Amino acid sequence: MEQFLTFGVVGLATAAIYAIIGSGLVLTYTTAGVFNFAHGAAGMMAAFAYWQLAFGWGWPVPLALAVVLLVLAPAFALFVERVLMRPVQSLGEAERLVMTVALLTGCIALARWIWDPNTPRPLRPFFADQPAFHLGPAPVTWHQALTLGVAALIAAGLWLLLNHTRAGTEMRACVDDRALARLTGASPQRAARFAWILATQLAAVGGILIAPNIALDAQQLSLLIVSAYTAAVFGRLRSLPLTFLGALVVGWLESYLTGYLPQNDYLPGLRLAAPALLLFLALLVFPHRRLRGRERRLVRVPLPTPRGSLVFAGCVVLLAVLLATVLDEEGLISYGPAFSLGIVALSYVPLAGYAGQISLCQLSIAGIGAVVWAHLGGAGQLWALPAAVLVAAAVGAAIAVPALRLSGIYLALGTAAFAVILDRWVFTLPSFEVLGVRIALFDQGSVEVQGPNLFGWRLDSPAELLVLSAVVMAASSLAVGWLRRGRFGRGLIALRDSEAAYATLGGRPLAAKVAVFALSAAIAGLGGALYGMQQRTVTAEQFNLLANLPVFLVAVIGGLGAVGTGLFTGFAYIAPPHLLGHFGTWAHDVSTLGIALAGMGLAHNPAGVVPGLREEWAPLARDRVLLPVACGALGLLWLLYGTGLIGGAIFLVAAVLVAVALRIRATARQDGPPPAPDPVEWWGIRRPWRAEDREVIARGIAAG
Amino acid sequence: MTGATAADSAAPLLELRGIKAAYDRITVLHGVDLTVAAGQVVALLGPNGAGKTTTLNVIAGAHRPSAGTLHLGGRDTTGADPRDLARAGVCLVPEGRGIFPNLTVRDHLRMMTFTGRDRPEIEEIAYARFPVLARCAHRPAGTLSGGQQQMLALARGLATDPAVLLLDELSMGLAPVVVAELYEEVAQLARQGIAVLVVEQFAAAVLKIADHAAVLARGRVQWQGHADSSLHAELSSYYLGSAA
Ligand SMILES: Nc1ncnc2c1ncn2[C@@H]1O[C@H](COP(=O)(O)OP(=O)(O)O)[C@@H](O)[C@H]1O
Ligand SMILES: [Mg+2]
Repeated sequence: MEQFLTFGVVGLATAAIYAIIGSGLVLTYTTAGVFNFAHGAAGMMAAFAYWQLAFGWGWPVPLALAVVLLVLAPAFALFVERVLMRPVQSLGEAERLVMTVALLTGCIALARWIWDPNTPRPLRPFFADQPAFHLGPAPVTWHQALTLGVAALIAAGLWLLLNHTRAGTEMRACVDDRALARLTGASPQRAARFAWILATQLAAVGGILIAPNIALDAQQLSLLIVSAYTAAVFGRLRSLPLTFLGALVVGWLESYLTGYLPQNDYLPGLRLAAPALLLFLALLVFPHRRLRGRERRLVRVPLPTPRGSLVFAGCVVLLAVLLATVLDEEGLISYGPAFSLGIVALSYVPLAGYAGQISLCQLSIAGIGAVVWAHLGGAGQLWALPAAVLVAAAVGAAIAVPALRLSGIYLALGTAAFAVILDRWVFTLPSFEVLGVRIALFDQGSVEVQGPNLFGWRLDSPAELLVLSAVVMAASSLAVGWLRRGRFGRGLIALRDSEAAYATLGGRPLAAKVAVFALSAAIAGLGGALYGMQQRTVTAEQFNLLANLPVFLVAVIGGLGAVGTGLFTGFAYIAPPHLLGHFGTWAHDVSTLGIALAGMGLAHNPAGVVPGLREEWAPLARDRVLLPVACGALGLLWLLYGTGLIGGAIFLVAAVLVAVALRIRATARQDGPPPAPDPVEWWGIRRPWRAEDREVIARGIAAG
Repeated sequence: MTGATAADSAAPLLELRGIKAAYDRITVLHGVDLTVAAGQVVALLGPNGAGKTTTLNVIAGAHRPSAGTLHLGGRDTTGADPRDLARAGVCLVPEGRGIFPNLTVRDHLRMMTFTGRDRPEIEEIAYARFPVLARCAHRPAGTLSGGQQQMLALARGLATDPAVLLLDELSMGLAPVVVAELYEEVAQLARQGIAVLVVEQFAAAVLKIADHAAVLARGRVQWQGHADSSLHAELSSYYLGSAA
């Protein structure tokens, strides 16, 4: 009984913190309309700042608290509101989501860069020198009592603010209808600013209170967002009382699992994953509505031509062959994964680009592909590769079935929860048996991955694997392009544009969603298996939620609808840390920070950069003279390099120069005026009517 | 009451001169001239897509005109911020959705305290006029019936002592009885000295209370005058497109 009460008190204190953080989430969601993935990260930054002031520099605790809560947190909030969120306010939910994912990624990278994660930073609890008092048989520390008191005060204050003051009512009104709120004398901007400041302060309070209980670790603190979201989802992200109730459930669940979970190899991960599991369940159980909001601005999905796809696929293979012959062993190991991770990124194209389903667990599914290949294809048996792909596809379909009920940001949250469940629990399991089938994952450590055996030809050098990955990427790109042109792809885009309209046109939204989840999981699994081969050993950490996010961000930067995003993501994700790596060990954090910043910058341009690149290079790809010239020139250079007449560096520089020069030449050579960019119904309005327009339209009509 | 006739000669409270407005590069208002005096009810009629809603949005500051001037009580308010206009007494009840669906009735009234009145006073005025609202004070407005929602929107307007009340298609989707009831309230408001500009596509209901009517078509006020029988001939010609 005493133990039960003790764990109850611990759980209550944890719950109080989740409630504080969760109510900040509710606040930003209901007033600024933003689903803030970076909310936990704001609390993490506050905890680090507090440590720096109070312990690093020895400031008095009250002063440090005041500076963090009253100066730094509001400043951070204003920065986020003004610089990051306001420009995307009028865009869709997805753009705002990308912004907060970028902020989360950026905060973690920044914190790891400033505060070296390898140095321990103990954070003393409040009133640590006071002895605990007893509540019945259960000891209560003053830190716990303080936490509970703060949570109670915050609950009362928020309730009063939102329901009984004009400022609070205006904040809620602005979410319902910004334009109308302005007509009734409210200022949506002031309301949003106020909400952000308040929410960030709540995150800061939560972060500072919880950091002494768990380690001062950037990733772990940022992922408190999972527990906070679980609490908030209990309140459907709207109700503060239900959020507090949800927080109690999560807090006690964690605490009692710690106390009473039987000790064996299978269950410790379950406790860590419990909030995520609960989040997943809560998302499914609680009905949820989207906030009434502006219409999404739909991004056009580029339509690759068959010839364009073939040229692109050819370029991918050519690039790989060039790299394989030019790079040294170390370079091959560094840059090889660009192709395999690129395939994982390519899996976003049908799922998010075409069907509009945001998933944050594609890399986790890639991890499944990698382990399945590692275990089944231990000797490189080729049949194991389709098996790995099938298992990944099955997992994708298995996520899709519950996720069918979720849409938009809720789906993103659900898949994030799934990624956490995988990496905290499933991936940590020792091998086990289900129905007589032995299932092994990461074996609580790392697993070795072999290259495949291609009809007697064992591919295991980095160069061979790089070319293999590139060939697979080329084939997958062709397949995805073919999908886009076909009936299924067009159906998916219709599904994204309007689920209801898709159904009325005779489509079956549920079947289409399951199919696209399975398909994209298959692509991700294939990419994961290849990635594993290139890495030779893989661990669960390589596939956790936080590893997922930068890949997702880079894919967004590339443009989720464009097939070329796969290649782009691979290189944009892999290259910077290696290029910077020559300068120091911070390269990884800095390049992640760069990705986050680019994501913040590019959330304004939902189409991404790849369509622009494609437009630049298309003239060369179309040119029937210059394209062969380009191939010939590259071939010649390659021969020169092969015979040792020129060095690798000269070869690469010359190849780039030749390609760029020919591209410029091709753009200039493009005969005739460029095709009219204005759609036909704007002819005569956006540009003057031309004599030939009549004929063009007549032909168009005749052609049906 | 003689308010309406007295108002005819009074200085206009709201005056639009040569207002042009455009969406992107498409101009929809080509120079609208319109005046409304205190205590007057003016019906702005016109076919679908004529630019009636745009005109109201320009007056309320929600859409910036590309040319022309807008005067409110003699002051130039062209291009002013909607918030400031709201505070100056311009109350727009927009097309179809004059309420916040997730806010309770009481929340709506609380929002109007920006005018300086306190909430109990505003509630008293609103509930006196629309007793049904008192019974659903704690319900989210989105769960009210269409007529109740429009009542709430009107109540919000009336509780703030507006100088100018702008109503956009108040009758849309409502039963004729309810519409008649609502317009009776509007007429009462005008008698208190409020300038009321009512936009309707279908004229019958509003003409019972309007003093003046203006017909907007092809981005201009094509006809203006007393709401009498000659109006019907005008209207049908614009609605049916025979007036080229
Ligand atoms: N947000 C908008 N963007 C572009 N055009 C618009 C927009 N709103 C209205 N329009 C156009 O402006 C014209 C006038 O619209 P509106 O003022 O709503 O007409 P009414 O209220 O008289 O039916 C219409 O032709 C309409 O297509
Ligand atoms: Mg209208």
